[in-house]
Amino acid sequence: MHRYRFVLTRPLQLLPVLFGISVITFLLVRAIPGDPARILLGTRATPTALARIRAQYGLDEPLWTQYFYFLKNLAHGEMGRSILYKVDVLGLVFERLEPTVVLVLGSVVLALLIAVPLATLAATHRGGWVDHLVRVVSTGGLGLPAFWLAIMLIILFSVRLDLFPVSGYGDTWIDKLHHMVLPCLTIALSLSAVLTRSLRASLIAETQSDAATAVRARGLPESVVFRRHVLPNSLIPTLNLLAVNIGWLIGGTVVIESVFAIPGMGQLLVRAIFTRDYMVVQGVAMVFAVASVVVNFLADVLTVTLDPRVTL
Amino acid sequence: MPHALLIGAVLLAAFVFVAVAAPLVAPYDPIFQDATARLAAPSAAHPFGTDNYGRDILSRVVWGTRVDLQIAVLGVIFPFLIGTAAGTLSGYFGGLTDSLFMRVVDIILAFPFLVLMLAIIAILGPGLASFYIAMALVGWVSYARLIRAQILVLRQSDFAMAARSLGFGHARIMFRHLLPNAMVGSIVFSMSDAVLVLLNGAAISYLGLGVQPPTAEWGIMVAEGQAFVTSAWWIATFPGLAIVLLAFGFSLVADGLGEKLGVRQ
Repeated sequence: MHRYRFVLTRPLQLLPVLFGISVITFLLVRAIPGDPARILLGTRATPTALARIRAQYGLDEPLWTQYFYFLKNLAHGEMGRSILYKVDVLGLVFERLEPTVVLVLGSVVLALLIAVPLATLAATHRGGWVDHLVRVVSTGGLGLPAFWLAIMLIILFSVRLDLFPVSGYGDTWIDKLHHMVLPCLTIALSLSAVLTRSLRASLIAETQSDAATAVRARGLPESVVFRRHVLPNSLIPTLNLLAVNIGWLIGGTVVIESVFAIPGMGQLLVRAIFTRDYMVVQGVAMVFAVASVVVNFLADVLTVTLDPRVTL
Repeated sequence: MPHALLIGAVLLAAFVFVAVAAPLVAPYDPIFQDATARLAAPSAAHPFGTDNYGRDILSRVVWGTRVDLQIAVLGVIFPFLIGTAAGTLSGYFGGLTDSLFMRVVDIILAFPFLVLMLAIIAILGPGLASFYIAMALVGWVSYARLIRAQILVLRQSDFAMAARSLGFGHARIMFRHLLPNAMVGSIVFSMSDAVLVLLNGAAISYLGLGVQPPTAEWGIMVAEGQAFVTSAWWIATFPGLAIVLLAFGFSLVADGLGEKLGVRQ
């Protein structure tokens, strides 16, 4: 059971990182050139209104006092109000959470469905033409711009074949999933390039491991050795790679949500940048950062559960 | 892969040639609008077709090479220099300097890369200069980590001790003795990093936050083509293929160099 002690201690170690995330997001908005009160109220604000806003947000106080207020509000779940939508940022973010979560999960599942068979084919036919083909395709896949791949898939599957909608999200769950096929496929194709390369390498390493040799020596057929021993052991580093890539994956959703006009957090972020809705930029950046810290922590828990040798 | 390094180097050299010789290679002026040839499909006169302003796509792809190659190169160089300096100092001196640098690295790595970049660009305002600044502020952390890990090992080595016992100063030991040995890994990494930087730069321009029209840049060209997916597929297709090909060149060089120098990525 001591192997799981880190579940309690790790969050404490993560406190400095979370503290740092709050400092950076706080400074992001304070680094905007110009008067924040004027940005909040617009150019036609009266001097009394400006003074009231300065007092209300504590903008006339020293920076560290402002940061203290920022933390205090954060503890109450308040991240300021959106200038554009006139609502609380946190509520806005939670409204936009679902499409983004569906997009991330769908992409990961699809990417594994593509990468595991491809890497298996390549590793079991090492040095053959299948292996070369998989390596060339996955190396090329590393450089696929997601926004372009999305448009190519739209041209093929939406315009030519009329199978999937061009953009949007839908209302019922079936409708939503129908809308999410192409966005998920776009991210999955890019992601599977990274996963295939890594999985192929660890499959080859595991095939030659002592453990695999020992199982073979007991007379088990190669297919069983592969399915029961080599593949499960190789999947652990791949899962870790997925967790490390969560930041990259979130970046991908930002772009893809803009391409397909999906009302998720990424699209919210990009719109907020164009409309100078700084509180929303700050809130979304913070939620994304905390989410990737949490995902990495969960990946550690999963690794310890799957691999008895690992202690953290 | 056999010949990865050679094929990659040839690809990159071809792009550098096209960028340098753009005025000679491009058949038309990249921003010349030919009202009589709007949305023309690929033909002998316009091999990649024309866009809705009647601009020749091939010429725009050729001129775009200058911008996108610059994005990949400058977007890697600034983080490389900053990260190398930070990693060297951090690993060599250790102690408080090290803990401070590494905490900052942890915090920046906690942010999704593109999200932090977009937030910085939101503050600085759209444009290529903002992209480079954001890149430098965010991208250095990977290099700092790589170099620091190497320096930590190397500073215990015999030749470092020899240099110390000869009475050499810190700067000389760090930059003349340790750093040249520590850089192999990060040079290989910089090639695969160039792929990510290129994709990010093009994505930021696609979103309208990087290079501004009417400059010919591949990311914007794809964005401009999106409105015409039903009628003119060629507008978005060819600039994207250029990105894929350039990125493939960098990936092959990274793989080839890594294999040759025995660096595991």
